Order: sequence, then structure tokens, then C-alpha cells
Amino acid sequence: MNNSAKETVKTHEPLIRLAKRDGVSMPKKIGIRALAIIFALVIDAVFIVLVTKINPFAVYAEIFKATFQTPLRFMWAMRDMVSLLCIGIALAPAFKMRFWNIGAEGQVLMGGFATALCMMFLGQSLPTPVLFLVMLLTSIIAGAVWSFIPAFFKANWNTNETLFTLMMNYVAIQIVAFSTNVLRGQASSLGTINMTTRIGWFPKILGHDFTLNIIIVAVLTVLMYIYLKYTKHGYEISVVGESENTARYAGIDVKKVTIRTLIISGAICGLCGFIIVAGNKHTIATNTAGGNGFTAIIVAWLAKFNTFYMALISFLLIFLEKGASQIASAYGLNEYIADIISGIILFCILGSEFFINYKMIFRHKNNA
Amino acid sequence: MFKKISALLLAAVMLLTVCAVFTSCSGDTSSLKIGVILIGDETEGYTKAHMDGIKGAAKELGIKDSQIIWKYNTLENSACLDAATDLIGQGCSLIVSNSYGHQTYMVQAAADYPDITFVSMTGDFAAISGLDNFKNGFTKVFQSRYVSGVVGGMKLKQLMDDGIVTPETTPGSFDENGNVKVGYVGAFNYAEVVSGYTAFFLGLRSVVENAVMEVNYTNSWFDIDKEAAAAEALVANGCVIIGQHADSTGAPAACERMLGDGKICYSVGYNIDMRETAPNAALISPTNTWSVFYKDLFQKALDGKASEQPADVAKGFDEDGVAVTELGTSCAPGTAEKVEEVIAAIKAGTLKVFDTSTFTVSAEQGTCTVETDAEGHVTSCKVDLSFMDWTTMTPVYVGEVVECIVDGAFSESTFRSAPYFSIRIDGIIEK
Repeated sequence: MNNSAKETVKTHEPLIRLAKRDGVSMPKKIGIRALAIIFALVIDAVFIVLVTKINPFAVYAEIFKATFQTPLRFMWAMRDMVSLLCIGIALAPAFKMRFWNIGAEGQVLMGGFATALCMMFLGQSLPTPVLFLVMLLTSIIAGAVWSFIPAFFKANWNTNETLFTLMMNYVAIQIVAFSTNVLRGQASSLGTINMTTRIGWFPKILGHDFTLNIIIVAVLTVLMYIYLKYTKHGYEISVVGESENTARYAGIDVKKVTIRTLIISGAICGLCGFIIVAGNKHTIATNTAGGNGFTAIIVAWLAKFNTFYMALISFLLIFLEKGASQIASAYGLNEYIADIISGIILFCILGSEFFINYKMIFRHKNNA
Repeated sequence: MFKKISALLLAAVMLLTVCAVFTSCSGDTSSLKIGVILIGDETEGYTKAHMDGIKGAAKELGIKDSQIIWKYNTLENSACLDAATDLIGQGCSLIVSNSYGHQTYMVQAAADYPDITFVSMTGDFAAISGLDNFKNGFTKVFQSRYVSGVVGGMKLKQLMDDGIVTPETTPGSFDENGNVKVGYVGAFNYAEVVSGYTAFFLGLRSVVENAVMEVNYTNSWFDIDKEAAAAEALVANGCVIIGQHADSTGAPAACERMLGDGKICYSVGYNIDMRETAPNAALISPTNTWSVFYKDLFQKALDGKASEQPADVAKGFDEDGVAVTELGTSCAPGTAEKVEEVIAAIKAGTLKVFDTSTFTVSAEQGTCTVETDAEGHVTSCKVDLSFMDWTTMTPVYVGEVVECIVDGAFSESTFRSAPYFSIRIDGIIEK
């Protein structure tokens, strides 16, 4: 009590004050971000020289080459980008509704698991188009079920969805761990499913069997943008997100919207599991989602649920990830060092958002 | 504001230039490029052993660092195929991967690029894949495991002779038949591990005849906590010597801790010298000398004859393909001489690790067809070398069914490089 009283008497002005700011012009936004990247490159350069004694420009060239050196590398980056983006798209409606779906990892995994089971056990008996349809449906259902359960509990008994969805991840991981341990037989791991027959693998388009992944996610990007921005559902989601009471007052069935949105979120995660397994990895393991279920949260938030920005941010993350392993490979660096280098870049870019959203007011200036 | 920013930018550019001056790049002239795909990096013992082997072999042959391109932390999924394809793009004509699970992706790349040689270390279907440019390699590590078992046995014998481990003083260390217990931390329950722990056990039992062994699986190749927990469980169950076929220092560290707490337990490690981790508890570690394999392979590649590398290569003590680390301070007196004697006998062929007269079989066998005589000694063991898709129970690559009992011993790593001994012998309990 005494202390706070003292402080109010003594009008001490802090060195820097922060104030929220809106409507920063586009050139200024770009300028701040460019500055952030340069700042990051400088810090990195110092770090690289001090720790590794390698020419930092050569390191940056390697980072760039990791994605852009060959068309194949670029296609791989696109493939990995859409896996991440797809989950971001799935999370967008849930997060916009302020439903903290931390369970994408598990939802993707269940979708992928359903796909893998279809490939293993229905691959021999069903004609290809039917098989793909079954794979698609079961993966969507599996993902949707995994998100419906926490949504149902949240809607009816207001359980904590953060914990619930997080725990569902571990359940999914254990189910997959157990099943692969059984299915691997006497081999050390499950290995590639239908290695020789390629049953249930996406057909090659333009030389890649993951081209379909890119097309599917591109379509989803547009559809989700429209869904969130221009449909009644999208509007309901944002109202529920802003205030449940307002939503109720406006006659929106919050329970219904919650469950419906989460089913959509989980279904897209399931679909993502489908394209990862059928179009890329051709196997299932506990690391099939590879942590993207969590990374995608950053993607969705940073882009403020705009799916096109999400694509940009996903690409940046994948670009840095590829760059990190490339410099580890090119210079025999420990991957942790490579991760630090790309981490600094990411940190500065994310940090620059702060300067876009807030204004710093220094003490000596005349403030308003 | 503009001034500040431009000053900052100028400073940045200057700093970058300084950094650039500091260092320089060098090009290489030789044509051979080797790509290496690794499951981990140098922080993980198994991968480090391979890296050391590759670097050692390269150094001996004058292959420059710049001629080897490393891909670290490559998972056993399509990431491996990506890595292989990318290495080809970077001009590699020889590509090596170090983990078993890489092989199904390596073989896909091998099918697509017949001019490039792919070597999947510890893999098991190169010979039956029908591809000339796809190879496997392993070591006869069961031999060095046998030796490490002998060392463990000598320690156990010393403890029993000194009256430290007796049915009276440590009743928990003996089963109901009066047999003394040892333990083993295993990764997975398939042939590679079964072959290893059986060799270890037979070595140990060649010294202590009434030993029995419990095996605890961790279902992971590298998990410090699980391996420590498995070792703790075994010691709690009375096991005195703890062997391992898992890649971390978890079990030796746990043994050292428990030994310090007054428990009687000693550790036989794997891959690396464990004396640093467990100065008192570590006895010895069996190791693979990968450089011997890599030197042969790289020499062939330098000569432009990489494709002539045999589909399967597994070297033992006789070709320095395996070794054991230096003995720990706790080893029983006379161990060093005994180790030399056993290694010499294995080299000479007078000692066969899986000599059928040294073990009996009574349990139902799941993975191989075994015939025994009246006393339970194995007279015939047929192993199917096919590579199976276990979900559909169909062979992906069809291999021969071979009779593995040759001249009174199970002939390990001769029909192919990867281990295939999976007989469950009497005296070992899997948990």
C-alpha cells in the first residue's frame, strides 16, 4: 500500500512507453519488416562468424539454395508448405471462434492413420477410385471425430478445450504407436505401405505424386477464405469469437456453431492426414504430423486467419526449416546451430509485428 | 528517423563485409562425391560411430571433407527418399544411409537411378531386391557382444567367489532354481537384438554356468529415460550384470547411480566407451568398427567400381570389423588375458559364438523353424530370408529358406549381412 502510494506521488516517467497503433501504412509495414530481416541477418552474421567461422554470405546463399536451387527443391518446399498450410486452414475457423484447438496434431494423425489402414487392408480388394473415396471419407471422419469429442464436451459442459484437445493428441499418438507396433510384425518399423504395388498412392501429376496435395490445399485456401469472410457461417464464427453473449443475444445457437466449426476444423485436419499419407509419406508413424499441428497454430494466428497470408507464413517457415538443414548439411554444422540461425531470423520477423502494432514513445519526446 | 535507419543499415552492411572477409570458401577438384544419410547427428552414439567410421576411412584414402555431403537427422520416412534424391542432385554417385528403416526409401531411389550406388547399412534385402546398385552392410557385432558377455561373466564370477553375490547375502539375485540373474536392456524384439543378447548371454554363461537372463525392451533405439528405467527395473529384480542393445547412456548411468547407492550392479555398454558415464559400473562395451567397411567401399568407389561392392558385407574380429572398448576399473582380475584369448579363438574359428552344444531350446519358436535332439540342442534351423510385408503377410522380396546350422553352430551373418538369429533359447526370459 505504502509503496504504491509513494509511486503515484513521484511522477516517474518510464524511458519508453508503448501505445497501440492502428492503420500503419503498407510501405511502412514493409519497411519495418525489411528492417527486421536485415537486423536478423546482422545478428546471424555475428553469430555465424563467432561460432562457426564460416562466411555468413555463403551461409545465407545456402539457406536460399535450400528452396530455390533446383525446381525439385522448390516443389518439395511447396509440398511441405501445403502440409503445414492445410493444418493452418483447418485451425483458422476454430481459433477465430476463440476455441483453442491444440489438437490438430492428433486430428491429422487420426486422419493419416485411417488412410493408412485403408491402404493396408482395403487396397487389395477395392478398385482404385473407390479406394480413394473410402480413404478420403474415413480420414475426414477420423479427424472430425477427434475434434468433435472435445467440442461436444465444451458445448455441453464447458470443459477446458485447450487441455482436452491437447490430451486427445496423446491418445492419438498412443493409438498409432500401439497399432504400428502390432502392424510392423517382425520388422523394425512399418516401412512404406504397398511399396511395390503403390496401391493407394496418389498418381503422379507433372512428375510428382504430391502434385495433388498442392492442388487440394490451393483449393482449400480459397474455399476457407470465402467461408470465413463471406458466408453466414463465417460471420457466426466471428460473432461467437468476439462474445458468446452477443452471439446468443443475436440468436446464434452457440452450441451448434461450436460443434459445427470444430467438426469442420477436425475434418480438414483429417484430410490433411490423408494427403500426407497418400500423397507424400506412404506410411504412418507417430511423427507423421511432425509437429506441424502445433506450428500451424503460429501460422493461423500470425496471418490473423487470412488464408492467403497463411500461405506466405507457411512458406517462410518451411523456407527457414529447409535452410537450416541445408546449412547443417553443407557445412557439417550441428543442426542445433542451424536452427539457431534460422530461429534468429524467425524471431526478428515475428518481433517486427510488435513494432507494427505498437508505437514506442520515448521519454524526451513531447507526448500527447 | 531516416538518418538513424540509414546509419543502422550502413553499420549492418559494414559488419557483414567484415564477416565476409574473415572467412573464405574452397572448391574441390576430385570427382567422387559421397552422400551420407544419417538417422541422427554426432550427439547420438550410433550415428557418431558411423560418422567417425566414414571420416576415418575418407582420411585414410585422401577423400576430402568437401567430397562428403551429410544429411543429418533424417527420419525413416519419405524424408530419406528426399535426402537421397537431393544428394543425387548435388552430384553424389555413392549414397550411404545408416539406419535400418531407411532401406525401403533407399531402394526406391536405387530403382530410379541405376547408375548410382546405394548402400543401406544394417538393411536386409539388398541381395534379394533384384537391383545391382543397392547394397547392405553390417558387422559381426555378435562376436564382440560374446566377448563383452565373457567380461560380464568374469565380474559375476568374481562377485560370487568373493561371497558378495550368494543365495544367502543377495537372495533376490537368484531364481527358484538357484540360478543367478543378469539383465539386458533391448530396443526391439527382432532378430538383430535377439542375436545380440543371445551372444552376450552365451559369452557370460561360458564363465558362469548357472546364469539366467531377463530382457527388458524399450521399443526405441534411443531413449535415455526408458533405458535407465529398464535398467532400474532389472536391478530391482536382482539382476547383477546389465547388458544393453540400445543407443543411449541411460542404462550405464543408472547402474552407476545404483552402484553408488549400495546396489550390486555392473554395466556392459554398447557402441561407445561408457567409462566416462559410469566410471565404476562400466565394464566394457562391444563396438562396431565401421571404418573398415567404409574404407573398402570408398576404395571401390574411387576406382569407379562401386557397383562391384557385394550386396552383403559383414566383417568380424578376423577383419577388424568389430572391437571392444578398454576395460573398466571394476573388471575382475585376469579379464584382459581372457578377452585376448577369446578374441583369438573367435578369429581362429575354434570358438563359435552360436555353438549348438552350448544352448538348448524348448520354447515354441515364432520366427524360424527349429528341430532339436533329445537334449534340446538345435540340429536344424531354417530361416526364411524373404522381406515381408507383415500387414498383408506377403513377401515384398522373395528370399531363400536357408539351413543355418552349419558344422554344429548357427551360421550368423553369412547368408546375408544383417543378423537373422532369432531362436529363443532356454535361460532367457523376455519381458
